Amino acid sequence: MAEEIVARFTRQFPGGPLINVDTFRIACDRPSITVLFGPSGAGKTTVLRCLAGLERPDSGMIRCGDELWFDASASAFLPPQKRNIGSLAQDYALFPHLTVEANIAYGLRCVPESERSRRVSETVHLLGLAGSERRLPRQLSGGEQQRVALARAVVRRPRLLLLDEPLSALDSPTRLRLRGELRRLLLHLGIPALVVTHDRLEALSLGDDLAVIDNGAIVQRGPVQEVFSRPANLSVASIVGVETVQPGRVLSAAEGLLAVSVGQTKLAAVAPDLAPDARDVFVCIRAEDVILHKGDDRPSSPRNHLGGTVRAVTREGPMARIDLDCGFPLAALLTKQACDELALNPGDRVVALVKAPHIHIIPR
Amino acid sequence: MDWNAINLSLRLATLTTLILFLVGLPTACWLAVSRWRWKFLVEAVVALPLVLPPTVLGFYLLLAMGPRSPLGQFYESLTGQMLPFSFPGLLVASVLYSLPFTVQPFTAAFAGVDPKLIEASWCLGESRLATFFRIILPLSWPGVLTGMILSFAHTIGEFGVVLMVGGNLPGVTRTVSISIYDAIQSLDYSAAGQTSLLLLVLSFVVLAVTYTLQRNIWAIWPRRS
Repeated sequence: MAEEIVARFTRQFPGGPLINVDTFRIACDRPSITVLFGPSGAGKTTVLRCLAGLERPDSGMIRCGDELWFDASASAFLPPQKRNIGSLAQDYALFPHLTVEANIAYGLRCVPESERSRRVSETVHLLGLAGSERRLPRQLSGGEQQRVALARAVVRRPRLLLLDEPLSALDSPTRLRLRGELRRLLLHLGIPALVVTHDRLEALSLGDDLAVIDNGAIVQRGPVQEVFSRPANLSVASIVGVETVQPGRVLSAAEGLLAVSVGQTKLAAVAPDLAPDARDVFVCIRAEDVILHKGDDRPSSPRNHLGGTVRAVTREGPMARIDLDCGFPLAALLTKQACDELALNPGDRVVALVKAPHIHIIPR
Repeated sequence: MDWNAINLSLRLATLTTLILFLVGLPTACWLAVSRWRWKFLVEAVVALPLVLPPTVLGFYLLLAMGPRSPLGQFYESLTGQMLPFSFPGLLVASVLYSLPFTVQPFTAAFAGVDPKLIEASWCLGESRLATFFRIILPLSWPGVLTGMILSFAHTIGEFGVVLMVGGNLPGVTRTVSISIYDAIQSLDYSAAGQTSLLLLVLSFVVLAVTYTLQRNIWAIWPRRS
């Protein structure tokens, strides 16, 4: 039997939302990164704490392979010490009175001395901490602290790593740099990980698998790209930040190819899974899937050619967001260079091109 | 100066501090983590010696340790001696009298340790007890030291309880503060002055050291942030 964690539980704090996790599975037998993604207050951290054994659910069951971690009906509860899970707190929780080396060796008290020092030095090198062994946590940068916390957790070879907003304690340039590095590191360590985040870009760049949590319940689960481009319902679409969500009406459907009207505009979409009798729908279009074209409309492969007017141009770092009026509000995401070359200004006429498979349909 | 009394007071304070260290650790640890709804009752009992007149405390201790009490009888059957008006009786009284001076700083220090560090330790496989000795205690040492210094100083200076429970037996129960009282009664102002000066300097040094270590124990002065 493949080792996996199966969790199904509820937890309610007085005055807080009901956390109701219905069969959340995390594979522990292969190195993959699952992201638990949702807005603040959705219950992400509570789920993580229940898995770590730091919080006791009110009802339900958590098991890992053959091992029972929690069962409300049998009053069974395995304390965090016995779960063999590596946990990374938001601010890393390094022991301030211990050196980097002693922090990393902390969980290896029962390992023989020679084995312990071998494993510590191996981990120190793996995480690029050589030379910092004798320093104290307060003498380290945020990025180094994160690596020490990671080293301290992985040196025990846990079966699962839990990371709570691992990048939120860092300043923004470091965060950008470490986003890619953290994923590389986690895969290199070969330990499956569950990462909690509320940051879209973090979820996109860190995860293989995504679970969206909203109001205490996991509302969608799947490969990251799929969840982001094909949200199951309106709330997931808004959580994952689909820029354009408009109500529409199905005009005709043939072999999965749909004709949908949004206001006066007709769109072609691909929706193989939509129920045949669905009429009222939401049309979702990601801003990065919109191609802009200035001048006359020419024939090209995307099915949807939408003439529109530029309403606003917002520059966000290397990207520019263009808000259009195509009979309905539509957002497009361009690189700054593309935006400059097209010389886009409010009032300009443009043509927006969207491929039919990039238009995602949600039943209303 | 009454070196006999000074010697006795030092011996009493040292032993009291040691016993309070051992009693205070588990008590303070429990007070810091417990979520029992009647915990405030325990806190009130521990803090009682802070506000109770020493004579009242001494009176009840006399009753509790007297030859007709179970504790007094038990002690007498064990040692053949009476507990009141003896050094061990004085020790019991001192421990109770200085209890809040140990437990309060200990509790404040333990409760001040970031719970995330404690949870991190649990997730690294360490038991609650091991976590206490490896994380909580090392991070609380200023508070622990403060509690011990305060208990020591408080025991050196105690008067009412000693007089009630110990009486005034030279070499057995006559402590520094009682010897000062005696000196004044016999109009020996120079002896009283010397011993008083010694206690004054000692107390000042103790408080100076305590406030250097930790600001938030006795909230007489605003906390330095």
